[in-house]
Amino acid sequence: MTANSPLFDPIYLDHAATTPLLPAAREAMGVGFDVWANPSSPHGAGRAARAALEDARARVKAALGWQGEVIFTSGASEALALVIGCSIKPLSAVSAVEHEAVLRLSGDAVRLSCDSGGLLNEAEVARPGLVAVQHANNETGVIQPISELAAAVRGAGGVLLADCAQTAGKLALPDADLIAISAHKFGGPIGIGALLVRDWGLLQPGGGQERGYRGGTENLPGALGMAAALEAGRDWMAGAQHLRGKLDAAIVAGGGEVVAATSPRVSGHRIATIAAYSMPGMTATAQLIRFDGMGIAVSAGSACSSGSLKTSHVLQAMGYAGAGEVIRVSIGRETTEREVDRFAAAWTTLAQGRAAA
Amino acid sequence: MIYLDYQATTPLAPEAREAMLPWLAGPDWNGGPGGFANPHSPHRAGRAAAAAVEVARDQVASLMPVGGRVIFTSGATEALNFAILGRKTRQIAVSNIEHAAVLDTVKGSGATVQPLAVGPDGVLDPAIRIAPGTDMVAVMQVNNEIGTIQPVDALAHAAHAAGALFLCDAVQGFGRIAAPAEADMIAVSAHKIHGPKGIGALWLRDGIELSPVMFGGGQEGGLRSGTLSPALCAGFGAVAALASERMEQDSAHVALLWAKARANTVLWQLNGSADARWLGNLNLRRDGLDVARLMSDCRTVAFSAGSACASGSGRPSHVLAALGLDPAAIKSSVRLGFGRYTTLREIEDACVLLNAAAAAQGV
Repeated sequence: MTANSPLFDPIYLDHAATTPLLPAAREAMGVGFDVWANPSSPHGAGRAARAALEDARARVKAALGWQGEVIFTSGASEALALVIGCSIKPLSAVSAVEHEAVLRLSGDAVRLSCDSGGLLNEAEVARPGLVAVQHANNETGVIQPISELAAAVRGAGGVLLADCAQTAGKLALPDADLIAISAHKFGGPIGIGALLVRDWGLLQPGGGQERGYRGGTENLPGALGMAAALEAGRDWMAGAQHLRGKLDAAIVAGGGEVVAATSPRVSGHRIATIAAYSMPGMTATAQLIRFDGMGIAVSAGSACSSGSLKTSHVLQAMGYAGAGEVIRVSIGRETTEREVDRFAAAWTTLAQGRAAA
Repeated sequence: MIYLDYQATTPLAPEAREAMLPWLAGPDWNGGPGGFANPHSPHRAGRAAAAAVEVARDQVASLMPVGGRVIFTSGATEALNFAILGRKTRQIAVSNIEHAAVLDTVKGSGATVQPLAVGPDGVLDPAIRIAPGTDMVAVMQVNNEIGTIQPVDALAHAAHAAGALFLCDAVQGFGRIAAPAEADMIAVSAHKIHGPKGIGALWLRDGIELSPVMFGGGQEGGLRSGTLSPALCAGFGAVAALASERMEQDSAHVALLWAKARANTVLWQLNGSADARWLGNLNLRRDGLDVARLMSDCRTVAFSAGSACASGSGRPSHVLAALGLDPAAIKSSVRLGFGRYTTLREIEDACVLLNAAAAAQGV
């Protein structure tokens, strides 16, 4: 890529894959790089690093409004693997639209089906054991009513684990017992995440770093960057809602379809930052290549599965027929109206060209 | 502050910070070098990030034996967990001075364990017998508490002769001495060689099967899920390249520091072999010494009593116990660790402070 090229003005609409690092987070990491001692060392330098780490932990809790415990991990994948391995209650059910990080560890756990709008059925969710449900889906943006689901799960003697990788720092945390988050999805650095635990009693006891649940020297710059990114707030979400509304309207006007635009049961149930759009008659791969050529970064499903040509298990679970023609457009804090308009125009041109061909 | 705790972690190399910064780009990124993209995204920005990850992978691999591949992890702890659990090990032989990342993982894995006992010098006998039926032997290259170097090549041969794989925790030796050429799996960590915390790697010899223990997006060829940080990878790559360039120079410097430190600590006894060791580690004891008091009297010197991880746990060092030291001798031991950025002057000053504080205790 050439910087300052008049022909190249990239538009980044792949915030669900990762987000630009916020300047405040970068600054906080710089401070962390200077406090490089091992937080577990007993000397003065180590104690200073420990104090900074605990300060970061307290700030993460305050910014999230979380009353429980925080275990730092390398990211959401590790947080999910950790809790599934350490939970007192074994995993009993997972939603069919969970991220692979959960699905691959789900073993014999029941797969909870969803409706065409991507929503789970409350009655089906009410189970004992550990039930894993993501807050917002990473491909469609569909938000599950976690608080209601948690009540149902608890009513059945179970515990609810919510994968909040796509919602932490964007929406208020849902009322779940265990929550996994990832910093780089909300303007923090890649390589740090956390498991939020309502009560230590939910986990089997351990011994070592992070109260024994997570060995390994702590990533202090990451923890500080994460805290700073959370403290940047989520006022911008109202603007994102407006931009997403414009995008949705443009797609529909251009002959496309918004996946899970409505649910048979509720409306307005998608997070403003993620949308899945279908362009009938053109494969997602073809769309991606064209957009990439125009300097527009979008994705087909999740970044992780991109290029794998696998049909999205999420769209499949929703019974969506044209899954191969769906791309994901995800906006972030710094996305501008101009960028959205440019993307909408590019999408429309592409859709019309395809229709004319 | 004089930092003499290089086994716990090392100062971040300026070169690592410089390599990381372009990959910590923010909203103002203009498409120039670096960026913030997810290296698993197929668009241009993602491909550039993926290319940076691959450059770093080659840099780390250049310090490893030929005929294998580097899988990035969050650190050596994860790499060791991955190696042991990913092989579904059923019978394992481990030295009795391994790091907790190996010992605790082995304990939790349900495998039958054969402990391999080191001698009073903290070194394993290369001719030690490996029990029949063993499927893995795990021995560290350089011990983190006492710095002794194990005969890992001979042990790897013994493991292979017994039909077992050889896993080497090379955290303390990586980038400082040659990698264990005969090992099948090698775990390393960036922050022990002046890189960033939060990244390490497992090197896996070609042809060896390993099952993932962390699932998700299927990164690292499906073996280790989780978004890789191009910044952390670039930082790790930069320090690996630096270590490769400076290996002789760093070793020579460390030998000078060692000679100075040893000459100024003649009243202290050395724990572990004086010969088979990495010279950047000096584990010393003095009969009757109250280490807690020593630490509080020498606040301007950052050193430790055993590993950072076990610090504050009150657990006596299993490594010093393996040397046959009694609890009193273990409690009166300290670890001094130094390296690339330590100066001779710092060693001299620290020794003056430590000696004066010990003398004040009347020991």
